[in-house]
Amino acid sequence: MKKKSSLLPLLIWCGMTIITLLPIWWLFVVSMRTRVQLFGRPSMLLNGFYWGNYIEVLENEEFRFYMWNSIIVATSNCLLVTILALLATFALSRYKLAAEDSLFFWLITNRMAPAAVFLLPLFLIYTQWFNLFDTRIGLILLYGVFNLPFAIWLMKGIMDGIPKELDEAAMIDGASTFQVLTKVIIPLAKPGLAVTAILTWMFAWNEYLFAATLTSVEARTITTGLAEFVSVTGTNWGELAALSMLTLAPALVFLGFVQRHIVAGLTFGAVKE
Amino acid sequence: MRSPVTGWLFLAPTITVLAIFGFLPFLYVAFVGFFDWNPFAANPGLVFAGVNNYRRLVFDDLFLRSIGLTLQFTFWVVLSELVIGYLLAQLFMRDFPLKGLFRTIHTLPLLVAPIAVGASWKLLTTPGLGPIPYYLERWFGIDYRMGAFENQAFITTVVMDIWHWTPLVTLTLLAGLSAMPKEPIESAQVDGANRWQIFWHITLPMLKPVLLTTIFIRLMDALRTVDEVWMLTGGGPGTATRYIGLHIWRVVFPQTDYGYGAAMSLLTLYLTIMLCWFLYVALVARKPRGS
Repeated sequence: MKKKSSLLPLLIWCGMTIITLLPIWWLFVVSMRTRVQLFGRPSMLLNGFYWGNYIEVLENEEFRFYMWNSIIVATSNCLLVTILALLATFALSRYKLAAEDSLFFWLITNRMAPAAVFLLPLFLIYTQWFNLFDTRIGLILLYGVFNLPFAIWLMKGIMDGIPKELDEAAMIDGASTFQVLTKVIIPLAKPGLAVTAILTWMFAWNEYLFAATLTSVEARTITTGLAEFVSVTGTNWGELAALSMLTLAPALVFLGFVQRHIVAGLTFGAVKE
Repeated sequence: MRSPVTGWLFLAPTITVLAIFGFLPFLYVAFVGFFDWNPFAANPGLVFAGVNNYRRLVFDDLFLRSIGLTLQFTFWVVLSELVIGYLLAQLFMRDFPLKGLFRTIHTLPLLVAPIAVGASWKLLTTPGLGPIPYYLERWFGIDYRMGAFENQAFITTVVMDIWHWTPLVTLTLLAGLSAMPKEPIESAQVDGANRWQIFWHITLPMLKPVLLTTIFIRLMDALRTVDEVWMLTGGGPGTATRYIGLHIWRVVFPQTDYGYGAAMSLLTLYLTIMLCWFLYVALVARKPRGS
């Protein structure tokens, strides 16, 4: 087998990288331009740093409130989901339970449901039964529906990877179940817990459809703010781009930490790297 | 021996959340689908309607058109992403400098909020602002106005989805390719098989499990695409990109015809499951050829 040159893949990948980054780069360029600079020939180069659009967006109280809501909802949901998934996978991995496999399968199928299909019943349930419409807690609990199955998948593999002998040894030394969890399992599962937490946080932050339908004023999130921006202000492209950059900023921050795990996560662990 | 009761206690909060927010809406939507229910109509209560809602659906042109569009969209994005993703994964199997960096950047679209993806593509494609209409006009003389031409809007949503989700396909197929043993391909090369024969008779059958997983995950996600398309085209022009999720959310939902909306939601869920089932039977249950 002849040794293939590494030049061709390198060139193609440079091209691919440009394509991948182009939409995000363009967002950044537009967010750095004044209104006047946006007319004429669309140059892909940065004209210089103009922070006016970001200042406008951040000075707008409504958007600050949306962002604050997003932070609260994503953080609470991520904490809730990570803790519940830790407990659930501990049970699935360490206890012999009846119908365990069917239960696991049911937990996972929750993620596959198309969101649009559940909008109508959720809207009716939220407005008529639970009084959860337009509340942060409503979103925090609801995001468990797609984040919990995901977190359970991710954590199940991690939990099964921790040798049972370790917690058995701790039990013989007189540790309670709670102590096994906090003193043995959590320290060993820490890296996995961190990845689970970051990814669930990202998914909650990114969610749009439920937030748009099940909130109106008090619990609006940043993604709904971004979508409204188009319909309300029409052509204020600079600020739209600045708000988009703020929406996708967490993705840029966390990319390095989670990129190794996102595939296993998105394919329900069916594909491991 | 550990008591299973403790195990169930650990699972209880998870099961409760999923039962209330995942399973209850499913039961509720199935129930409401059998009633006429419009709170703003002359009779605001629930009136039993049997399968009338479902009967109406079969003759609802907008619904059927939306389903058709969704299927076309799904077909094109899944096919393109598989082909491009496979080629890129094969490139990643070679050695070249800065591979890790390229890989990380390639993963980026997967983490970006779909609504921000829609916004960035809107900025790229808006005439008078974005570079895409400008250069298409200048270099190829193409009059690109997504608001005016239906097929341009459709193609743009497909391209956007390819940009967004090809990385997932690349990375899953790369994982599959990396896990494959090298010997069968090497011995086939010794026996004088050409590239196409190796691909068709060796790589493809061995890659099948990963490939199927990838197809199903992309299929389910493509069928429920809403956010990006809503942001980019708003479902238009006309109904050209009003995929089923958009249709239920933007058209049926605001009409407050809840029984009908519920029936449409349930039928959509059913069609999604059936499509996956048919594909599963066609791809998996059939005897693998060549092996």
